[in-house]
Amino acid sequence: MTGANGSQRPDFAAIAQCISRDAHVLDLGCGDGTLLKYLQQSRGVTGYGVEIDDGNVLACVRNGVNVIQSDLERGLAEFADGSFDFVVLSQTLQAMRNTERIVREMLRVGRAGIVTFPNFGHWRNRLQILRGRMPVSDRLPFEWFDTPNIHLCTVADFERFCAERGIRIVSRTVLSDGRPVQALPNLLGELAVYHFSG
Amino acid sequence: MTSDNTATGSVGVVHPQTARFTAPLTLRSGAVLCGYELVYETYGALNADRSNAVLVCHALNASHHVAGHHAGDPGNTGWWDNMIGPGKPLDTNRFFVIGVNNLGGCHGSTGPSSINPDTGLPWGGDFPVVTVEDWVDAQARLADHLGIERFAAVMGGSLGAMQALAWSIRYPQRLRHSVVIACAPNLSAQNIAFNEVARQAILTDPDFHGGNYQLQNAVPKRGLRVARMVGHITYLSDDEMANKFGRQLKHGKPGYGFDTEFEIESYLRHQGNKFADYFDANTYLRITRALDYFDPAFASGGDLSAALKDVTADLLVVSFTTDWRFSPERSREIVRALLDNRARVTYAEIDAPHGHDAFLLDDPRYHRLVAAYFDRVAAETVAEVQA
Repeated sequence: MTGANGSQRPDFAAIAQCISRDAHVLDLGCGDGTLLKYLQQSRGVTGYGVEIDDGNVLACVRNGVNVIQSDLERGLAEFADGSFDFVVLSQTLQAMRNTERIVREMLRVGRAGIVTFPNFGHWRNRLQILRGRMPVSDRLPFEWFDTPNIHLCTVADFERFCAERGIRIVSRTVLSDGRPVQALPNLLGELAVYHFSG
Repeated sequence: MTSDNTATGSVGVVHPQTARFTAPLTLRSGAVLCGYELVYETYGALNADRSNAVLVCHALNASHHVAGHHAGDPGNTGWWDNMIGPGKPLDTNRFFVIGVNNLGGCHGSTGPSSINPDTGLPWGGDFPVVTVEDWVDAQARLADHLGIERFAAVMGGSLGAMQALAWSIRYPQRLRHSVVIACAPNLSAQNIAFNEVARQAILTDPDFHGGNYQLQNAVPKRGLRVARMVGHITYLSDDEMANKFGRQLKHGKPGYGFDTEFEIESYLRHQGNKFADYFDANTYLRITRALDYFDPAFASGGDLSAALKDVTADLLVVSFTTDWRFSPERSREIVRALLDNRARVTYAEIDAPHGHDAFLLDDPRYHRLVAAYFDRVAAETVAEVQA
């Protein structure tokens, strides 16, 4: 989805690290299938992408990725309980209308979930808000009036969301310029990658 | 097989061929056909290791004449000519494509209007009821006859898609891909109801004579006309009908009678008349019955996932948003069962306004998708040859 542009995104390697070899993976909002193709090649995974957009479905077919055309907002009714090792939602969480429902669905159909999202708590975003403007950056390239990102959150927000719902965070990687950030992740991290289970 | 490529993207002039089979074929009903013929056409060239063959299965009223045209009859183009040909989504420069008229048909293959060798008379009403599985078994023998061990793909729309699906269940080792377009895992009660109205129209036509109308030099045209009219209602979406015909009056003002008043009536009557001139009533009865009986999950108590457990082919499943005959929800049932089995499936839902008929039209999103899928099939074919 956002910012895929055919080039490998910085969160791909972090996602791949969470995923065991030969796992069965569902990639929600899979875009042109680049991530799944990368995971097929690097981790030998099987599985499917889910996409709503005709152009992306076509791109997946061209990429040799199996894709199911479906609207994530309608849930994952096609997929049986516990049928995947991992369900990935990469840079799509913030654009979902029903955030809680999709996270629950991820944990219904998968044994583990992986989400990645732009960290709204990054200092550059905070700075722009201090200056009185909605943040616009490489990670958040939209203006307030045309953004698909309707549920932006910070690293701290997501962790509270999980804690309140009994969702166990298995691992967290926070990236800045594609490199892991150790100290002050909610301030210095641009992109968060969470591996969680029910 | 193929000659003078007159039009760009057309396979040109094509010639039907006949294969004769002498080994008895036991049908699902228990009836045995001692010998039979299948009429077929082929386009493109079979490669050296016979790995590029694609079987195209036809739906209700179509035939083996899938692409190109017959010599001296340039207007009679194949029913899926927009899909199949050089440079088309199913590209005959790369694939060897086979179209076959199904058993029980009326386009040359053995069917109710053929001579029953036991009596020396046309089979007529005595021709056995055939099923999708029977057709697939007969097609498998045609594949043997042509020396094709394994198809690169079996493809179809509507009832043709049911055959493509049945292939993946019945002969999993004999196809690499199944392309299942505008399909359903079985008919709904409503679907069967429409079929039954069509059959009753034929069965109650005084010219039907219990199916032995040929001997009476009669043709149950009235029944066929009504059957086709009913069918056509289900092929179009409500919106498409409204766009095409609306409430438009044929003569601009009401005539207060029962002649063709509205344009839609004119259209349906035209379709009915055209159909009654070339289609066989006994065939129509049998094909609609084959549709009714198709239910791969029946043997597993309605569990479609169990029915699809031996599928090894990759599948492309395509539905059309406005198709209410075989709605996207029905295709999703197939997809769900395939996902349960971790089959390699891709599913696309094409937002097209035309209803069930969309599978025969050349919507660019639909054709681009099928073309991309066959690119994948072709790439694998090459890889397999090199391996």
